Amino acid sequence: MPDDAAAQREFEARIAAGETVEPKDWMPERYRKQLIRMMSQHAHSEIVGMLPEGNWITRAPTLRRKMGLLAKVQDEAGHGLYIYCGAETLGVSRAELIDQLLTGKAKYASIFNYPTLTWADIGAIGWFVDGAAIVNQTMLAKASYGPYARAMIRICKEENFHKRQGYEIMATLAAGTPAQKRMAQDAVDRWWWPSLMMFGPSDKDSPNSAELTRWGVKRKSNDELRQRFVNLTVAQARAIDLTLPDPALRYDEATKDWHFGPIDWAEFDRVIHGDGPLNRERLAARNEAHASGAWVREAAAAYAAKRAAESGGSAAAA
Amino acid sequence: MASTAHPAKRKGEPGAVPALDPALRAALVQYLLRLGDDRLVLGHRLSEWCGHAPILEEDIALANIALDLIGEATLFLRLAGETEGAGRDEDALAYLREAIDYRNVLLVELPRGDFAVTIVRHFLFGVAAYYQLEGLTRSTHPALAGIAAKALKETRYHVRHAGEWLLKLGDGTAESHGRAQAALDDLWRYTGEMFLTDAVDEILVGAGLVPDLAPLEAPWRAQVTDVVRRATLRVPESGYMQRGGRVGRHTEHLGHLLAEMQILQRSNPGATW
Ligand SMILES: [Fe+2]
Ligand SMILES: [Fe+2]
Repeated sequence: MPDDAAAQREFEARIAAGETVEPKDWMPERYRKQLIRMMSQHAHSEIVGMLPEGNWITRAPTLRRKMGLLAKVQDEAGHGLYIYCGAETLGVSRAELIDQLLTGKAKYASIFNYPTLTWADIGAIGWFVDGAAIVNQTMLAKASYGPYARAMIRICKEENFHKRQGYEIMATLAAGTPAQKRMAQDAVDRWWWPSLMMFGPSDKDSPNSAELTRWGVKRKSNDELRQRFVNLTVAQARAIDLTLPDPALRYDEATKDWHFGPIDWAEFDRVIHGDGPLNRERLAARNEAHASGAWVREAAAAYAAKRAAESGGSAAAA
Repeated sequence: MASTAHPAKRKGEPGAVPALDPALRAALVQYLLRLGDDRLVLGHRLSEWCGHAPILEEDIALANIALDLIGEATLFLRLAGETEGAGRDEDALAYLREAIDYRNVLLVELPRGDFAVTIVRHFLFGVAAYYQLEGLTRSTHPALAGIAAKALKETRYHVRHAGEWLLKLGDGTAESHGRAQAALDDLWRYTGEMFLTDAVDEILVGAGLVPDLAPLEAPWRAQVTDVVRRATLRVPESGYMQRGGRVGRHTEHLGHLLAEMQILQRSNPGATW
């Protein structure tokens, strides 16, 4: 339609001028779809991400650590809730989005398909996974869609706290007994490469990147973000005497970047397509929680309906 | 809410920690362990919901309540360790005691059950905790009174949360009504223990350090009955009341809970975390 073409030109001009898109503004259907996809994947990742860390809440080694971890996982639930609400401004319901997660139609961050084997994994997740999330979300805080950008600003503050807490756990273990140090290094060995994969495939292989960049949703390429994360993390690992498991890691004087070895994209593809260590367990756990909570949600709805009927009745009588 | 009779506060600078004779000190340590263990064990049980709750809002709410309880437990156990004076801090008390040394009521160690069990238990415990803490805010022991005041504020919210859910479950669907009633019927036999008193209470009540628990049962029952009825549920008949937690005679569930909770401290003696 001619109107749409004009509207689309105007929309792209606004984006180019750095304006923010708000829920009531006109937007191309494709932009809306892409944002729903991104935001819901992000929210799902917060929710599924509760599982690997939740696995250690009941075994946290001190009361302070127990509270720190519980508060972190609670924050992630809050992030999920906040981003689902943001996605709802695009005309989908949280129930629909959750249904897509539970039926396996929607994706979530693949890294949460790996298991947490020791307490050190809680440190590694905070340090690497929240650390990578910060790099990504700092960029998304400038995304063209207002509700998403604002959610990222708020969430990033908490992710920073999570990262510090994770790093502090790792630093404590690395300076601890030989058994603790071994635990810490083993967690680094297992979580490092999946963390680098969190930024997604190289941009030349990333189907959505060009469009998202043109629409101002993504401001930096996957590879740029990944490089930034590596540059930040190398010094942190050295400071606590842990070794990143990459023999090819070397500093490039010319670019001021830490050059890293090749990423095993075959592993990434395998995990994203369902054959990671715990894909089935993660989805099964979410489905189990949802199914066994159905009667609770029905009770809340029935109770609310009864109260609404009562107040409706008394209003009519008055 | 109940007001409990207390001997007049002893004279002295406000904020001063009363000097305690050995018998009083030993009783106070026991009492603080009871307060701390109730909250640690219940907070641990609630934390098991994290990531598995019926709706996202409840993942957040239950984690929040668990955090409050574990925070309160930390304060009570720390004070227990300081009062004992044997060099045990809150972590030593939480992570290095056996089940037979734990002093929580049996009610809080039972498995988390379904959401109805969790809510009903929390309501029954929370109302009792409210009255006990309210009495403790008037303790002649300033540190104890201070922790109680903080915990009282948190408990007010916990009781409201559990009470609102009890109404929804009781007066929701046939299924939720049935589950809530079953939880009440199952848990009722564990409620009497919350108001049992023994020599520990006696000596501390006499010194004005803690409220007498026995007179708190009537207002507890009145408030529970009110909400249970409004939830269209039935207050169970009171038969034999299970007991034993206050002297370390627990159910089989506590040992498993502690095995999980204490694993890292037990398998890495002396390590710092
Ligand atoms: Fe998060
Ligand atoms: Fe986080």
